[in-house]
Amino acid sequence: MLSSLAAVLFDGFAYGMLLFLLSVGLSVTLGMMNFVNLAHCSFAMVGGYATVTLVNNFGWPFLATLPMAFILGAAVSVILERTLYRRLYRASDLDQCLFTIGIVFISVAAFAWFYTSEQQSARPPEWLRSTISFAGVNFAGYRLFLIVVGLAITIALVLLLEKTRFGAQVRAAVDNQRMARGLGIDVDRSFMYTFALGGGLAGLGGALAIEVVGLDPTFALAYLVYVLIVVAVGGLGSIGGSFAAAAVLGVSDMAGKYYFPWLGAFLIYLVMVALLMWRPSGLFGKR
Amino acid sequence: MRWHPLEIVFWLCTLLPFVLTPTYLSLASQIAITALFALSLDLILGYAGIVSLGHAAFFGVGAYSAGLLAKHYWGEPLAGLLLAGVVAGIVGYATSHIIVRFRHLALIMLTMGFGLLLHEAANSASPVTGGADGLQGINVGTLFGFKFDMFGRTAYAYSLAVLFLTFLVARRIIHSPFGLALRGIRENATRMPAIGAPSRAHLRKAYTIAAVIAGLAGALLTHTTSTVSLEVLSFGRSADVLVILILGGAGRLYGGIVGAIIYMVARDQFSGINPQFWYFWIGLLLVLVVLFLPNGILGGLRALHKKSQ
Amino acid sequence: MASALSTRNLNKSFGSLVVAQNIALELPQGVRYALIGPNGAGKTTLMNLMTGMLRPDSGHIFLGTEEITHLKPDARVKRGLARTFQINTLFPQLSAIEAVTLAVLEREGKASNWWRSLPGFGPAIGEAHAILESLKVPPTRETRELPYGQQRLLEIALALATRPKVLLLDEPAAGVPKDESAALFDAIANLSQSLTILFIEHDMDVVFRFASRIIVMVGGRILVEGPPAEIARDERVREVYLGKAHA
Repeated sequence: MLSSLAAVLFDGFAYGMLLFLLSVGLSVTLGMMNFVNLAHCSFAMVGGYATVTLVNNFGWPFLATLPMAFILGAAVSVILERTLYRRLYRASDLDQCLFTIGIVFISVAAFAWFYTSEQQSARPPEWLRSTISFAGVNFAGYRLFLIVVGLAITIALVLLLEKTRFGAQVRAAVDNQRMARGLGIDVDRSFMYTFALGGGLAGLGGALAIEVVGLDPTFALAYLVYVLIVVAVGGLGSIGGSFAAAAVLGVSDMAGKYYFPWLGAFLIYLVMVALLMWRPSGLFGKR
Repeated sequence: MRWHPLEIVFWLCTLLPFVLTPTYLSLASQIAITALFALSLDLILGYAGIVSLGHAAFFGVGAYSAGLLAKHYWGEPLAGLLLAGVVAGIVGYATSHIIVRFRHLALIMLTMGFGLLLHEAANSASPVTGGADGLQGINVGTLFGFKFDMFGRTAYAYSLAVLFLTFLVARRIIHSPFGLALRGIRENATRMPAIGAPSRAHLRKAYTIAAVIAGLAGALLTHTTSTVSLEVLSFGRSADVLVILILGGAGRLYGGIVGAIIYMVARDQFSGINPQFWYFWIGLLLVLVVLFLPNGILGGLRALHKKSQ
Repeated sequence: MASALSTRNLNKSFGSLVVAQNIALELPQGVRYALIGPNGAGKTTLMNLMTGMLRPDSGHIFLGTEEITHLKPDARVKRGLARTFQINTLFPQLSAIEAVTLAVLEREGKASNWWRSLPGFGPAIGEAHAILESLKVPPTRETRELPYGQQRLLEIALALATRPKVLLLDEPAAGVPKDESAALFDAIANLSQSLTILFIEHDMDVVFRFASRIIVMVGGRILVEGPPAEIARDERVREVYLGKAHA
């Protein structure tokens, strides 16, 4: 009983780390520019398919593809931002939603065209996939890997935000964009770098997700819902919020699947609705 | 409030399928149903400015209500229609109290959340709803003595009639003080309380009316197809109706109808093609509409008309 | 006689930033008050507190004899407290006549009517026309197509349509060039004498021309209050403005 609880917590937390990587970029860019980018998970797909191609077609080792997934995710997101998204910063919520949903549809179709609709796989090395036994519980090596990566990146992000000048600029822009501009901060440039970072993390998340949830062209839509939940519940512009919300969501999802399978995702949605009603700006959002 | 000649021509043309394309009457009824659904979304999105990503919730509630009534108790379509409207209206009224208190992302997420919740609930409640298989074994009775057959005449006449009558009601609403108040909320929600307007009360009313109409559309689907599938509550349906309304042009009363015609005809024509391509073109269309045709097709036509004057 | 609008011990802070401290005001009926002070003094905040857009941390607000401290903004408007905004807060795609008619209909409680068509509400439309004419705003053009000065006048028209007893004007001539603002203030001067008006303004010429009393706010507190001549001579006021006699 306790061991299954530990397993659920472990698996759930690992899943939560994955969700965190997928969501943190969206949370910060939404908080900074109030730009509703529903195509965020398309960047994840870019990273995922990059890894698939490099591993299966070019024989790269799995771990070596991860930086590439990050870079490609960042590159695609910046290109998109510079060419198309900039024109919509002042547009209404609805227009931004519709535009980025259009981008998602296009990306789904594009990946289906190039890679077919089938599930893709890119296997990590043997030693990562092994299981570690500890205190009577079997811990999957890959999930441990996810947790380590997730925590490492969280710490790196927090350090970036709190200790660097770039981070200070980002925090200022999230807090009060007009004021930040008035202080001479190049908000547009900070936003571009943040966007790139967010897109890169999403790409990394997409690559890491292959082993856990698979990859097919509908990934961008399927996980959009979860990412939006993490962002809305965690609070816009908050790394800590995204971390907490992703962890809670990951564990709840696992717990739900394990203990109440008949409820399905109902629990998640109910928790989201209830949390949003209590705190419309998210748990750690502004005001 | 006078009828523009083009409007009269349009509604007369809706009778043409009976004569010109009798083999397509099933498609025509589906278009009418989708148009009705889009019209209901227009009331809250186009006129009151509420962005909803979960409007299918009311459509689905209406569909299931009509289906359950016909399956277990009474096959009379009009009774099912009435029940669907009432039940959807109650659900709409209840959720409206929560919805009107939020804006921006929280609002979008909440509407989406409710939709997802209902979908999951219906999925899980298999004994009642049939779960993922949907409701089957529905026996829809006759409508004034006419059977719902595979030729689709009764279906189309029924759907068209409900669409037209509801349209008349919507038209009245738009041109009434309430319609003006809704536009006021859409144009500047901050100003409304400053002129003494009870915005939340107005919004709750609009949301409830929209829910009723969406419920009616759902019932129509049940009656014309004799089934209810879980898909009626899906996020995909909420997203589709949003695309359709934006395509035609929100806030223009006819936008939903125009969008429905174009979308459904196109989908029917291209149904043979791989669904991937369909999503590609819809995505491209969305991107282009937002960039170049922000008021949809009707808005574009109006701009052209103004330019030519 | 009870004052038209009064506040007692009104306080509001945002964290450590005190925006309103112990505000006590008594505005008698029919008097024209100017509210002046440096930027950031809390003048607009005070208006937001009075109209209900902001909730005070403590204190009371009275409209006449009735306490309105806990009333929602639209309820206060219904009781006769109206305001205009410093930045145009209008309905871009509604025409001027539509906007003012809406305000009239809301006042009469008829805006919930969804069955009768708008043209059937003749008296309301007529009243809206009259208000727009008195302020010389053309009725049929869409708000977003009106020149800026006329939009400012429309701001006032909307407030007037609610038949207020107390009118709060937040920098009514903000952004309007000097030559057009004369017309604007003429319109304000022609407003009914029974109306109590409180207006925020930076232009001292305007203030001295139109106000019968002046309230000076600094750092969230009321520094001094009195007739224009007294205020002009007050040392503290001069200090605060550091020689800024003209905006």
